[in-house]
Amino acid sequence: PPAHSRSDWIGPPDEHSNLRPVIFYAPPGESALERRLREARQEAQASNQRFWARHNRAFRQEKEEFIYSRLKAKGLEMRDESGQKATLNAEEMADFYKDFLSKNLKKHLQYNRDWYKRNFRITFLMGQVALVRALRWLRRRKKNVE
Amino acid sequence: MSATRSCRPPRALAGLFLWHLRNTGTQQIPCRFVHLHHVASNRLITFQYFNFLKRMYVTRCTKDLSQRAKPKSDSIVSPFHELQQLDQEKKVVLKISPVSPVHQSWSEMSSRNELREMKSAAETDDSVIPVGAESKEDRQWKEMKLRLDDLPGILARLSKIKLTALVVSTASAGFAMAPVPFELTRFLLASLGTGLASCAANSINQFFEVPFDSNMNRTKNRPLVRGQISPLLAVCFAASCGIPGIALLTLGVNPLTGALGAFNIFLYTCCYTPLKRMSIANTWVGAVVGAIPPIMGWTAATGSLDAGALLLGGILYSWQFPHFNALSWGLREDYSRGGYCMMSVTHPGLCRRVALRHCLALIGLSAVAPVLNITTWTFPVISLPINLYISYLGFRFYRDADRSSSRKLFFCSLWHLPMLLLVMFTCKKSVLEKEDKGDLAGGSHEIAMEIRLP
Repeated sequence: PPAHSRSDWIGPPDEHSNLRPVIFYAPPGESALERRLREARQEAQASNQRFWARHNRAFRQEKEEFIYSRLKAKGLEMRDESGQKATLNAEEMADFYKDFLSKNLKKHLQYNRDWYKRNFRITFLMGQVALVRALRWLRRRKKNVE
Repeated sequence: MSATRSCRPPRALAGLFLWHLRNTGTQQIPCRFVHLHHVASNRLITFQYFNFLKRMYVTRCTKDLSQRAKPKSDSIVSPFHELQQLDQEKKVVLKISPVSPVHQSWSEMSSRNELREMKSAAETDDSVIPVGAESKEDRQWKEMKLRLDDLPGILARLSKIKLTALVVSTASAGFAMAPVPFELTRFLLASLGTGLASCAANSINQFFEVPFDSNMNRTKNRPLVRGQISPLLAVCFAASCGIPGIALLTLGVNPLTGALGAFNIFLYTCCYTPLKRMSIANTWVGAVVGAIPPIMGWTAATGSLDAGALLLGGILYSWQFPHFNALSWGLREDYSRGGYCMMSVTHPGLCRRVALRHCLALIGLSAVAPVLNITTWTFPVISLPINLYISYLGFRFYRDADRSSSRKLFFCSLWHLPMLLLVMFTCKKSVLEKEDKGDLAGGSHEIAMEIRLP
């Protein structure tokens, strides 16, 4: 985002976590409430990023390992004659998906709880900030009118 | 004129220019030319960078073009190789600035920007996507500012307007099937209320699911995921749809419908959405969510929960299973990675069995309709072919369990339901029992006498 910009900027999805990073704008006259909001959002972003990057990486890795082990069991190589990467069909992959999901269920439950809490908190703070700003604006207008 | 406002030439000196382009064609042209001029005069450096510029220029200026990014100044560090690259690029860029003496003033600023450019250029090159303006725009940094022009589109996507339309149509089917004379205002109020309630529920659902939606291909272009709207706004929108919607239903139609609407919102947002990540029971809850709108339509018309309402709900409940199970069959990878507990992933056999079971149940339920005096006996007869067809596809899905059979079943379910409801309506038992089914469409509107059928 340009240096003079006064708003937040959101970027393309991160290649590991698929989440879009946000660069938050900290205005010079930022109130304590606004700072709390920004920090909460930054923290949530960081936490989400960590979780999903690690999770997706683990998924890809385990998927590779699974494909490799299955192909070996079938007596095939990772790449066939034409140099194409050998893949398993959907039915064979289904075992892996089932396994992966059940292994990670607890992790997801924990993350869900975390995410919901963060999401509510951030939205609530947003509401507070918006309210404060609206009141400020109204007060300013009243002052201008007088 | 908004064109000049959006172009803002004097301010946009540094590096690549952001133009808050509006959607209209006329305003794009002047901006494009200025853009081109600046691009040409910047005669920049690496081929990659120039390529990147070219790509940006070629990008459709339908949405706001925004590229330049300051390297992330805050503590969030992406876990990739950026850091080393940044150092290299810095060196390269510093050499460049003297080359373009004309724009000396912005060269320091642009040096930082180029950093980002080259990195993203490198990234985009790695990911080689030659076509699709959308994917190009995807790779750009966008300002998180709400544009009023985009708002209707954004809200439409937030409220899943197409799904809402389908939900409203099932509710209207429920209304139409009720054995009472047709009242237009009531019908419109009920439809509107149901639509608003559905918008609210969908918005809250998206509000809850942002990181998960980002990770699944099907949902990664949703407004909250892309940052086009803030979570606060999404919640406010949901509240401003849901509260009037439920109020409309409660006060304008009847309290029972309002209660059902509120219950459905609750069921969808607070039960189904969290449950999706906890247990496969979510599918059954979701089926109930889908079954409630026709019941709401019926209660809107009659004011009471009759057997007819429950039957209609039952038909929709059963329909949800082949529809959803077939859909979820092709999404197993995404569900597994995203952490969604779906039958197709954890209990594939059950998934297919349930789909088949409910296809057959549809046949049974259609046969019950005349017994409850909702339709004449022609209904099960006429609907038998389509019910048999979907059951056949359900059976194929059960037996073959592959992508093609799941897709066939899914697409069949998409036309099966409207057709079934249409046939049901044409076979609706008239309020005046003597009348035969041919007259019904007109008859139910004109009849003054209401005989409430059991």
